[in-house]
Amino acid sequence: MSELGVLEETHLTFRLAPEMELEVRACACEMAKSIRMSTDKVEEVGMAVVEACINAIEHSRAADGQLHLGLAVLGSAEADEPRVLRITIQDQGVGFDCSKLVPPRIEDNLKSIRKRGWGLKIIEGLMDEVNVLSGEGGTSVVMLKVL
Amino acid sequence: MTEGLKLKVERRDGLAVIYTDGYINNQGGEEIAEAAYGLLDEGFRTLLLNLAGTKIVNSIGISILIEIIEKMIEVEGRLSFCDLTPTIEKTFHIMGLAQYASIFPDEQAAVTGLQAGAS
Repeated sequence: MSELGVLEETHLTFRLAPEMELEVRACACEMAKSIRMSTDKVEEVGMAVVEACINAIEHSRAADGQLHLGLAVLGSAEADEPRVLRITIQDQGVGFDCSKLVPPRIEDNLKSIRKRGWGLKIIEGLMDEVNVLSGEGGTSVVMLKVL
Repeated sequence: MTEGLKLKVERRDGLAVIYTDGYINNQGGEEIAEAAYGLLDEGFRTLLLNLAGTKIVNSIGISILIEIIEKMIEVEGRLSFCDLTPTIEKTFHIMGLAQYASIFPDEQAAVTGLQAGAS
């Protein structure tokens, strides 16, 4: 997807708070609909965005209390044809070590007191490409959905 | 803030159906769990969760549904789902919930399937 250019781009900032994930979801879904993504894919984008926001709300401990949303429509510049929606969810929190993440398994989850930790697995299952960058400067989740 | 999840419960012969309307987040999940555990206390061992009125769930809400599934396994009961949006159904499959809870396309199919399973 590296040959694609940015046809349209928007950046928005939200205050990290319970249920702000629904506002962020609404913005991402609106952009997805505007480029005529199918209804099912729009809903998948919405669910992935909700999960990325919840991870930020619960784990970022961002001192500025903010979440940054980037929405970019990628496509062929010559044809002005949207091909991919790129969503970036970013916080300036404490970050985490991605290499220590263990993907959850339902059979273990059922026997465990802790039943959480599904967010990234859900995002990866719903989106076409996911990249997580995390460190002392915060966390950035970049998700691509092909039209 | 969204309005909280609304629930409606229908008790039938050996089957209780919980209808949800709204967002299943942590609070919504807890409300479903309270309803489900209440039905278990009443003696119901077959529960059907009809999600026709739910378009958005999150993983915190689903983790509480996993707790209910665990409880149902403990009491040799059965929790099933019907009327899921394609995205919620896909999410349940990604998580592997379908191995432990049946998913039916609609309530009629669920009732038929659960009756066949009980006989």
